[in-house]
Amino acid sequence: MIPAGLETKNDVKPPLWLLAELTYRCPLQCPYCSNPLEIAKYQNELSTEDWVRVMQEARKMGAAQIGFSGGEPLVRPDLEELIQEARHLGYYTNLITSGVGMDEARVKRFKDAGLDHIQISFQASDEELNNFLGGTKTFQHKKEMARIVKAYEYPMVLNIVIHRKNIEQIRDILEMTVELNADYVELASTQYYGWSRINVDQLLPTREQLAKAEIVAKEYQIRMKGKSKIIYVIPDYFENRPKPCMNGWGAIFLTIAPDGTALPCHEAGQLPIDFPNVKDVSVEEAWKDSPGFNHFRGFEWMKEPCRSCDEKEKDFGGCRCQAFMMTGDAANTDPVCDKSPHHQELLDDVDRIAKLAAEETDNNVAEKPLVFRNMKNSKKIVAKEIEKTEA
Amino acid sequence: MSITKADKPEIAPTFRFQWEEVQDCYVVLYPEGMVKLSKSAGEIMKRIDGEESIDKIIKDLETTFSENNLEDDVMKFLEVAYDTGWIRNKK
Repeated sequence: MIPAGLETKNDVKPPLWLLAELTYRCPLQCPYCSNPLEIAKYQNELSTEDWVRVMQEARKMGAAQIGFSGGEPLVRPDLEELIQEARHLGYYTNLITSGVGMDEARVKRFKDAGLDHIQISFQASDEELNNFLGGTKTFQHKKEMARIVKAYEYPMVLNIVIHRKNIEQIRDILEMTVELNADYVELASTQYYGWSRINVDQLLPTREQLAKAEIVAKEYQIRMKGKSKIIYVIPDYFENRPKPCMNGWGAIFLTIAPDGTALPCHEAGQLPIDFPNVKDVSVEEAWKDSPGFNHFRGFEWMKEPCRSCDEKEKDFGGCRCQAFMMTGDAANTDPVCDKSPHHQELLDDVDRIAKLAAEETDNNVAEKPLVFRNMKNSKKIVAKEIEKTEA
Repeated sequence: MSITKADKPEIAPTFRFQWEEVQDCYVVLYPEGMVKLSKSAGEIMKRIDGEESIDKIIKDLETTFSENNLEDDVMKFLEVAYDTGWIRNKK
C-alpha cells in the first residue's frame, strides 16, 4: 500500500471524506469559527440539484463519509432531501450542527431520511458563557436537542471547542457530556485559523491551563472507558512537530464550500492558489486534474528543512495554511515544527499572549474585545476596516 | 464479557456495515470514521443479523469455505467486534 501523500499525479487515490459546507449562514457568532473571514462574500449557494450531482460524483469515486456542515446546515430547507439522497447513495451521513434550528419533528424527519449521526456543538458548560460565546441564547435548547438525539438512538458526538475562556471549566464540561450520555466527546482545542486567528490573543490558553486540563481529560478518559470515547488534543502551538494536516494534501478530504469551490481542506481557500468550482468541472476533474489539488501532492514542492527530513512522510511538513499565515509562503515548513527557522517566532508569540493572559487575571487589565463571527464583521474585514492579522 | 455459541449477535445501531465497491472490501462505518475489514472478517460480519446464533454462523462458514475448525478464529474476531461495540447481543 502506498502511504497517503506519496501519490503521484497519475496515481491519485479517491477521496474518502466529503465535507459539504452547505451555507455560511449561521444563527451563532462564535469568535473561534473556522469559516473564512470573508463569509460575507459568499452569496451564491449551490442549489439542491448541484449538491445532488456533487454527492453522486464523489460517491462514485469512493467517498464513504459525508459531513453536512456550514455555517449552520439546518438553515438549508433542503437538508432533509440532501440527507435522503446521500443515504440512498450509500454514504455514512454526519450532521455537524449547533442544534439551533432543530426540534423533535425535524430530528424524526432526519431519522426517516436515513441520517446516521448527529454532532452537536456546545460553547461551554454554563449557560452564561455558552450564550456569550455563541452570541445567542441557545444553551437550554442545545441540551434539549442532545436528549432528543439520544432518544432517537443516534450515536451522538458532543463537540466543545476549548480555549482560554472555557478551559478551566473542563471538568464541568465533561460532567455535562456524561449527563447527556454522549457516545463520543471531542474536546477540540481551538485551531487558529479564520476567526480564531484574529482572536488568538483572547483565546489561546496558557501552558499551565493546558497541563491542568490534560490531567482532568485523562481522568475522564479512564473513567468513561467503554461508555464514552473522549478525544482531547492540545493546540499545536504547544507542540514541537506539526500535525499531518488532512493526512496529506488532496489525499482523503474533499471540502466543497457553499459557492461550489472545491478545496483540499476547509481552510485552504485563504491560500493564494486557484481552486476549481464544481459548477464548472466534475468532482473527479477537480480532485484529480486541477492544479489546486495537485499543488502540494507528493514531495516535490517541499523546501528545506522538510525536503531532506526523514519525518516528511509522517507529517507532510504540517499545515500549508499555517505555514502561509505565519511565514508568507505556503510551501515552507509549518512553524510548529522546531526544525522550522520560524519556530522561535511562534514561541515568542505564545509567550507574548501568556503575558496578556497574566495581565488580565493578575492585574484585571481589560483585554481587547472579541471579534464575533457575523456578516457585519465579515463585511468590515472585507472592507479592511478590521485588521485581518493581529500581529 | 464471555461469549457463548448460543448468542445471537446483531450489528449495533450506532455502526453501519456495508460493501464498498471502490475499496473492494466490507467496511464498518461510524461517526466520521471507517474500518476496512479483511475478507474473513467481512464474511463473518455479513452473517450477523440478530437471527442466527454464533454456532450456526460458524457452521455456515465451515460449509461455505469447506474448512474445519474455524471456531477459534471466529470467536477471536467476535470478541474484538463485541469489544469495539460493532455488534451486540439482540435484546
